[in-house]
Amino acid sequence: MRLGLEKRDYRSKRMVVLVPIISLLISFILGALVLALVKANPIQTYSAMIRGAFGSQTRTQYTIAKAIPMLLCGLAVGVAFRLKFWNIGAEGQYVSGVIGITWVMQFWTFVPDALLLAVGMLVGILFGALWGGIPGVLKAQWGVDETLTTLMMNYIIIGYAEYLYITAWKAPRGNMGTILYPEAAWLPRIWGRVHAGIYFALILVVILWFVLYKTRWGFELNMIGKNQRAARCQGVSIRKNIILAMLLSGGIAGLAGVIDSAAITHQLTKGVNSGYGFTGIIVAWMSGLNPFASIIVALIMAALETGSDALQILRLPSAMGEVMQGLILIPLLAGSVFTDYKLVVHTKHKEATA
Amino acid sequence: MSDINTDGNPVVRMVNITKHFPGVLANDQVNLTLHRGEILALLGENGAGKSTLMNMLVGLYRPDSGEIFVKEKHVEIHSPQDSMALGIGMIHQEFMLVGNMTVAENIILGMKDLPFVPPMAEIKAKITELSKRYGLQVYPDKVIQDLSVGEQQRVEILKLLYRGADILILDEPTAVLTPKESRDLNEILKKMLAEGKSAIFITHKMDEVMEFSHTVQVLRRGKSVSSCPTKTIKKVQDLANMMVGRDILFSLERGPYNPGEIMVETKDVTVYPIGGGKPVLDSVSLSIRGGEILGIAGVAGNGQQQLTEALTGLLKVDSGSIFLNGKDMTNKTPLQIIKNGVSHIPADRGRMGVVGDMSVGDNLSMKKYRTEELSSHSIIKRGWVRKFADHLIEVFTIKTPSQDTRVKFLSGGNIQKTILAREIDSCGGILIAVYPSRGLDVGATEAVRQNLIKQRDKGNAVLLVSEELEELMMVADRIAVMFEGRIMDTVDAKNASIENLGMLMAGVQGGQV
Amino acid sequence: MNFFDFFTRLLAATLAMGTSLTYATLGEVFTEKTGVLNLGMEGTMLMGALAGFATAFNTGSLFLGLLMAMFVGAILSLLHAFLCITMRANQVVSGLAITMFGTGLANFLGQRLGPATNRFNLTGMNLSSKFDNISIPLLSDIPIIGALFNVSILTYALYFLLPFAWFFMYKTKYGMVVRAVGENPKTAASMGISVSKIRYLYTTLGGVFAGLGGACLSLSFIPSWNEGMTGGKGWIVIALVIFSTWNPGRVVIGTLVFGGITSLQFSLQAAGFRMVIPAQFLGFSPYLITLLVLSIMTIVNQKKKGSFASPAALGTSFAIDDK
Repeated sequence: MRLGLEKRDYRSKRMVVLVPIISLLISFILGALVLALVKANPIQTYSAMIRGAFGSQTRTQYTIAKAIPMLLCGLAVGVAFRLKFWNIGAEGQYVSGVIGITWVMQFWTFVPDALLLAVGMLVGILFGALWGGIPGVLKAQWGVDETLTTLMMNYIIIGYAEYLYITAWKAPRGNMGTILYPEAAWLPRIWGRVHAGIYFALILVVILWFVLYKTRWGFELNMIGKNQRAARCQGVSIRKNIILAMLLSGGIAGLAGVIDSAAITHQLTKGVNSGYGFTGIIVAWMSGLNPFASIIVALIMAALETGSDALQILRLPSAMGEVMQGLILIPLLAGSVFTDYKLVVHTKHKEATA
Repeated sequence: MSDINTDGNPVVRMVNITKHFPGVLANDQVNLTLHRGEILALLGENGAGKSTLMNMLVGLYRPDSGEIFVKEKHVEIHSPQDSMALGIGMIHQEFMLVGNMTVAENIILGMKDLPFVPPMAEIKAKITELSKRYGLQVYPDKVIQDLSVGEQQRVEILKLLYRGADILILDEPTAVLTPKESRDLNEILKKMLAEGKSAIFITHKMDEVMEFSHTVQVLRRGKSVSSCPTKTIKKVQDLANMMVGRDILFSLERGPYNPGEIMVETKDVTVYPIGGGKPVLDSVSLSIRGGEILGIAGVAGNGQQQLTEALTGLLKVDSGSIFLNGKDMTNKTPLQIIKNGVSHIPADRGRMGVVGDMSVGDNLSMKKYRTEELSSHSIIKRGWVRKFADHLIEVFTIKTPSQDTRVKFLSGGNIQKTILAREIDSCGGILIAVYPSRGLDVGATEAVRQNLIKQRDKGNAVLLVSEELEELMMVADRIAVMFEGRIMDTVDAKNASIENLGMLMAGVQGGQV
Repeated sequence: MNFFDFFTRLLAATLAMGTSLTYATLGEVFTEKTGVLNLGMEGTMLMGALAGFATAFNTGSLFLGLLMAMFVGAILSLLHAFLCITMRANQVVSGLAITMFGTGLANFLGQRLGPATNRFNLTGMNLSSKFDNISIPLLSDIPIIGALFNVSILTYALYFLLPFAWFFMYKTKYGMVVRAVGENPKTAASMGISVSKIRYLYTTLGGVFAGLGGACLSLSFIPSWNEGMTGGKGWIVIALVIFSTWNPGRVVIGTLVFGGITSLQFSLQAAGFRMVIPAQFLGFSPYLITLLVLSIMTIVNQKKKGSFASPAALGTSFAIDDK
């Protein structure tokens, strides 16, 4: 009696929907095991996390506010992943966005206050696009593997940002951090902690969905991701599209950074690299690169983070959120095989007698 | 082929072998017997079950029912190592060699009784000795990726001999050889037979059967339909009928030869490989007129691939020029070339011709999605695409559950039909077809050839690259032979002979045989 | 401080910090040589560092800590192997998942495995002993290269391990199998080699070494625990594998260079040089150099195929019955 995997001759639509849901459940069970191992009560922990995420209006606002950059980074990464371009650099592109807007806010004194926010956002997006475009060009022109280049770019820009907020751009008062942006240029709040950035995010979801699923360019991106050689045979320019897609990807991640700083932090300081770029990878993967599904996944990821923040107060391990985030991907990865393969049981065959 | 020098003992008997795969009965109660000193040709179309049957002899598959006897002992072969222990070895169509390792390393890879640090000097000496004995000309220190295809095949043979094989199975061995290399192979096999070894070779080429085998066994749709000594076959036509089960057309309908303007022209096109060295395309000049089919003959790997890639914009040329429809299209992008009316049926249909994970409908629309026919203002109109795809599926009789099925789930023949449909429907005057009937059964092959001729009759210019001289002589109007990146000569198909073409393919210039 | 002292210290610091990198890189070279890309290095190393420290702290035995680190590394990489080989998951995403999980778990456990006196937190705790330097008399007094003979036992082990790894890869029958599996798994399978067994074996082995590399940090180099103390070294390992062209014999070049640059920062400070270059620049310079070297190598590679190429089957999954 052996178990084996056999290729299906069609793609199971049922599995496409079931697998993410089942993996989520499995990861909660696994998480409970981890908690039990360190003598923390799983039920207590989980309910504390749920309360921490959605327990009150304020908490829900925090969660939604956190979901916005996660969603944006997820969309950014998703665009790149569509071409099978492994953009691990959303974190760095996010930080580039913050650097861009900070530069404008702090040094472009010639810009009138009314336009400061708009200009700052544009520059931030541009910086993000640039930071994403460089690995894009390296891959498109010279075939340099993007997994490492995007990764390295993260640490380079984070280090540079540190230099900026500790030394070069540091505000005169305090240990670190730039001066705060002028209040007139802040992105306004609309409901408690939730800010106008949510409009950008949701509109972007619709735009991306439209572009990726309905337009010629989206069709081409799909072709490139699924069979680059065949796409090239059909006249699709691989180079141009990789670069364009990475500019877009970096720009969206930059937008995430811009929004967060314009609405919440109002400066460039320690902690600017808050991990949203990496969470974006989970969001993209779990949502199957579908912009609408990304909204739900981003909310779940955000809930995990705000939920685990609340754990500190209860003296439960706060790194639980991190653990869960990693745990969610694993059953998902294992489960995704079932969309293209089915489980079979091999029994010993009886030999036919001659 | 001379008579078998055998003592009449069967070395292999496969009895009532049956094998299922999901959705298909690959082998149905097949019986096969091989005697010592015999060469048996296993003939059949693609999908007839030949490879499956042989894969069971080498332990890659296991029969669902039936028995195998080797040297009259009942055996169960669970792995390639089991079969090797029994003295059975196989040379696959795709060579099982590791490119960046040496000949010697490839030969001993995976051998059971090697010491921790293999004694390379001893091993190399043994390889050289075997190589001399059978006339194989194999050198143990060379790296595989530096060897020619013929040399690599000989390494494969040596690999089996080194491990003590006396029953060799060859899968389509002459597909990659020139006629001369094929004859050399025959000599090598004869030497082995004289030492008491036996061979089975899998083929779908009838001329190979007639020339090389003592016995021929025909498989059709998983069943064995006949088995007889080769010398009793009077007409090749009989073999073909046994393979297919019906009288097949050997001649195709074609219109009169009325070539028009020159539509494709290359002048001294030269391409050097990355890293320098001999050019892969060497001053190639040719021309194709509307209403004619130019065939390119030659053993695969002599520049044909590069020629078609240069013509379709996938490869940059280092010097020379390419004119399409009178316009200079040298080194233009694939898109510009497509817009100039060029359709391309690529060699590797799975990897270059279709996007496997996309639907049949999407694949059919890959040529026209940019045009007003299927999109407007950069938005693809799904409704129009569906109608378009339905139409093509009907006209070209593409067998698919629906137009939304992913193309990778279709059979090889239907994938090729999808590509044909797309390329022919959008053909703007020039059609480039590269090994279009490779791997297809007789029915699908017929359809491909007929389509090419139809395009030619419509006044289009067609370039056909093929490894089968018989196909070229049947389909093309003129045939150009390529060898080492050069065009050796161009002849009229009517006046061509296999011997002459064969010599040109092997690099021998001029003169009829 | 004179010229010789400075470079001796630099070499010493390089060796100390490079040891950790070398173990992990060696492991990943073997993993990738069989065709499996394991981006879970960062998480695995961190878990190794934690497991080593927590065990040593709670049991008092450094050796046990080392064993535990190797065990934990093996488990994590085994998981990666399971996902990629048996479940045919995408190797890039799987590796990232392992890193996220490993990092999270390490930080999490770091908050729970400490002494009650510190709220169960391991952060900031110290070990009573560490893998100290053992100096070989006479040899260790030679200027500059003397530093090679004044290192911890973990580093000494490398002096034997590295040449052996090279020998294993290129002169033994097992090394041949490794190379074949990563270059052409179909051929290897046809020669009776179980591709998945080999990949499982060497992926897990890679994890053992990654865990060991992490433990080198927490039990020898910086003998303490801090959240995220590997600080991105796991990613540098991935780069170093490429830098050494998947050849165990060349691993040492990369680690010397990178270890050197990272140590340069501290050595300069210790030597009293004024920081002309901001500390952060030196901080991110290893990553910048990795990026540049990688780009240059790839571009150069395009011109000549051959000994610099990656294993042909790297990152792909392989299954016999796939038609």
